Amino acid sequence: MTPVVSFAIALLLLALALWSVLARDAFVAVAGFVAYGLLLSLVWVRLAGIDVALTEAAIGGGLTGALLIGAVARLRATEAAALHERSGGGVRGLAALLSAAVAALLVLCVLVLPGPAPTLAPQVAANLPATQVGNPITGVLLAFRAVDTLLEAIVLVIALLGVWSLAPDGLWGGRPGQRHVADPDGIFAYLARLLPPIGIVIAIYIFWAGADHPGGKFQAATILAAMWMLVQMAGLADVPPVSTRRLRWGIAAGPLVFVAVGVLGVLTAGIFLAYPEGWAKPMIVVIEIALLPTLTLVLALLMNGPPARNPES
Amino acid sequence: MRLVLDLFTMAAIGLGLFFYLAGTLGLLRFPDAYTRLHALTKADNLGLALVVLGLLPQVGSVLAGLKLLLVWLLVILSSAVVSQLIARTARQQERHR
Repeated sequence: MTPVVSFAIALLLLALALWSVLARDAFVAVAGFVAYGLLLSLVWVRLAGIDVALTEAAIGGGLTGALLIGAVARLRATEAAALHERSGGGVRGLAALLSAAVAALLVLCVLVLPGPAPTLAPQVAANLPATQVGNPITGVLLAFRAVDTLLEAIVLVIALLGVWSLAPDGLWGGRPGQRHVADPDGIFAYLARLLPPIGIVIAIYIFWAGADHPGGKFQAATILAAMWMLVQMAGLADVPPVSTRRLRWGIAAGPLVFVAVGVLGVLTAGIFLAYPEGWAKPMIVVIEIALLPTLTLVLALLMNGPPARNPES
Repeated sequence: MRLVLDLFTMAAIGLGLFFYLAGTLGLLRFPDAYTRLHALTKADNLGLALVVLGLLPQVGSVLAGLKLLLVWLLVILSSAVVSQLIARTARQQERHR
């Protein structure tokens, strides 16, 4: 029974991937991509990678899907013209050749992988108790490979700066995106009032459970960002101008605290990002709490896009 | 007792899957947005409700059961709102035409 289900999911996944690539209409392609992301998270569940599954559902299907739908809406005006364009046979042949070559190279790479894949899993399992964290994923992300997580947080902030820098000079520091209006007595506004308290509790639960179970700051931040977007889209609260000092401090908080903890490691344990003996868990919690607002703000503001209105409006 | 509960689970989930199948069939076969939404909400509400009901005897703790119920309630809430929004958008587009 189980292999049949796995096989069916794999087949469906390939079909959806092909659908997203081949669809001529951008919206259809995005719809396929979102379904692909959700199905992929099912695959991760079957591979017992619950953490990856949660992240894939939240970031791969949810957030990326929402970003792509936003992009499709912006491209609507030019898409009709592009639909009638067909590139020449030579170009299409070259593209097909290039794609086939990349695919062949990937297949080759997979085939020449050493038999038992090199793994650090036993070392992680052996040293996990030293971090006082129960979830090995959290242990790897915030103790053994904390530098990667630090750089990841910084990359996200830089990506947001990149989006902001697309603003015209006159609007720099203004409010991102358009102001959403919705019927204040409508069902959408009702949902935007009812859901955020529940969402915040669930996000904090997932955040806290991340120490010993699947979950953590990234999944929690995605839920919080979604709640904020919901409130914005229902027109209940506007997004603050990007020049707001509190907003900027909130975004900078995560990386700053992370670097501060790293420097503390130099002073107490002699190496950057080393945690003093017996202090690993509190330090990890401090970093995670500091990263939560950063990730929430960055994810939501990436959705909002570059500043498009004067700060006064 | 165990056997009775297992049979109950199988019956409830089987019935739930039937509603999902019917809902999907309706989504594919019905002619316009409103009737498709009608089919879809049957799958969302009844289908998921029966699946959750069937899973309840299988969970080990009260807390896990409450989580399942919460999932069901949240899905009902969001599907009710989303179908309202989709129906309204479809209606507005019809008027513009």
